[in-house]
Amino acid sequence: MGKRDRLSGNEAVAVAMRQINPDVMPAFPITPSTEIPQYFSSFVANGQVDTEFIPVESEHSAMSAAIGAEAAGARTLTATSSCGLALMWEELYVAASNRLPIALALVNRALSGPININCDHSDSMGARDAGWIQIYAENNQEAYDNFIQAYPIAENPDVRLPIMICQDGFITSHGVENIELMEDEQVRAFVGDYAPEHFLLNSKESMAVGPYATTHYYMEAKKQHAQAMVNAKQAVLDVAKEFEKVTGRSYGLFEAYRLEDADYAMVLIGSAAGTAKDAVDELRDKGVKAGLLKIRLFRPFPAQEIANALAHVKAMAIMDRAESLSSQGGPLGSEVMAALYRARSQALAVNYIYGLGGRDMRVEHAEEVFEQLRQIADAGEVTDAYRYLGLRE
Amino acid sequence: MDLHKVNNTCRWQDLTEGMQIYEGGTSAQFPTGEWTAVKPEFIEDKCKQCLLCVPVCPDSAIPVKDEKRGAFDYDHCKGCGICVKACPCDAIKMEGVN
Repeated sequence: MGKRDRLSGNEAVAVAMRQINPDVMPAFPITPSTEIPQYFSSFVANGQVDTEFIPVESEHSAMSAAIGAEAAGARTLTATSSCGLALMWEELYVAASNRLPIALALVNRALSGPININCDHSDSMGARDAGWIQIYAENNQEAYDNFIQAYPIAENPDVRLPIMICQDGFITSHGVENIELMEDEQVRAFVGDYAPEHFLLNSKESMAVGPYATTHYYMEAKKQHAQAMVNAKQAVLDVAKEFEKVTGRSYGLFEAYRLEDADYAMVLIGSAAGTAKDAVDELRDKGVKAGLLKIRLFRPFPAQEIANALAHVKAMAIMDRAESLSSQGGPLGSEVMAALYRARSQALAVNYIYGLGGRDMRVEHAEEVFEQLRQIADAGEVTDAYRYLGLRE
Repeated sequence: MDLHKVNNTCRWQDLTEGMQIYEGGTSAQFPTGEWTAVKPEFIEDKCKQCLLCVPVCPDSAIPVKDEKRGAFDYDHCKGCGICVKACPCDAIKMEGVN
């Protein structure tokens, strides 16, 4: 039986890490890092975990050390945020292409510039093509639950990819919520021991990790990596099913909230889903068929399932908490619209940029979006598919 | 390890995961000598067998047997020309290196 506790999102993830008791945690200990390594290092100092904590001089070094440790055969994790993730960039690709199931707790915050430290998704969205699995949380409970599920997904023999467990900076990372924790023994049993077949510290087998891939190999290696990412979707579903058996809490590729009969839908990622659910409830009370699709798994992107879930809506707003400065909208907008096109969907879709650099999205903003969707559906066409929400203009 | 799992003709399905190699000393089987068009030429008549060229080779492409160097290992020589500079007897020549 789990126990309830009041924890910030940072504390919740640090508790999950303590319960997992990983072998190694390299982390850059000061800003832009989060409180997660701070909490975790106190668990190390108190002897509550067996982890080797490595305070490194930069995030580039944190990810480099994580790669070395994981390749050596150690279950490894790290945590970062914002420009800390950006400094890991080069190594993120190395971790993924070497098929090392490292877990990274990411607190989503804006990339400068202009200089800003608040919530948006520009850090992880920038890393979306690095070959990592990406899972996002709406609240502290989900951040905790997702982290518990991280290793069983990442270490699945059909997958073996690094995994990024994302939560919204400040909104969930510092906001304190009442959440339900698993017992330590439950987590240990659920996550299990890490026993890779091949690892560098194996005295019975010599091994080279990350050999040079000339033109003759690079494409085949990429295709193999891409297939592992395809396989990750099923692993996410399988692990969620096991997780539900233990905790009773249900997870999927995304959450469909009052979407089944919705005429108007909002597609979004992260904590703003909680706000938008309030707007959906208020509109439903007024007889407006509003619904919501909250992305949990962004990499791999479950395009077919998302398009199917949205097949019946008249109009939808795809909400991006990141700019891609493509002149066409944000990254989620591109992905969902591509999914709709492949599914031959006739739904009208508009892409909003919202919440950049910590700008709040309020219930009235979500209601404004649903009103715009009603107008779009009535008009039968989208005149401007790339919009900003909550902008002074 | 069976190196036929990592070679130029492997399908992507047959490559090892992440192209990891489960055996030591396999770099000898990787012909890096293909990387260059210019190669050093060993003029055996001028060679005094001082072996100064051997330790400066970054790729062990100068084999030594019975305290004497032999012909270049062109499968691994990348044509850097360092051995030309190291030779005091003009016994190694290479295009573009004086």
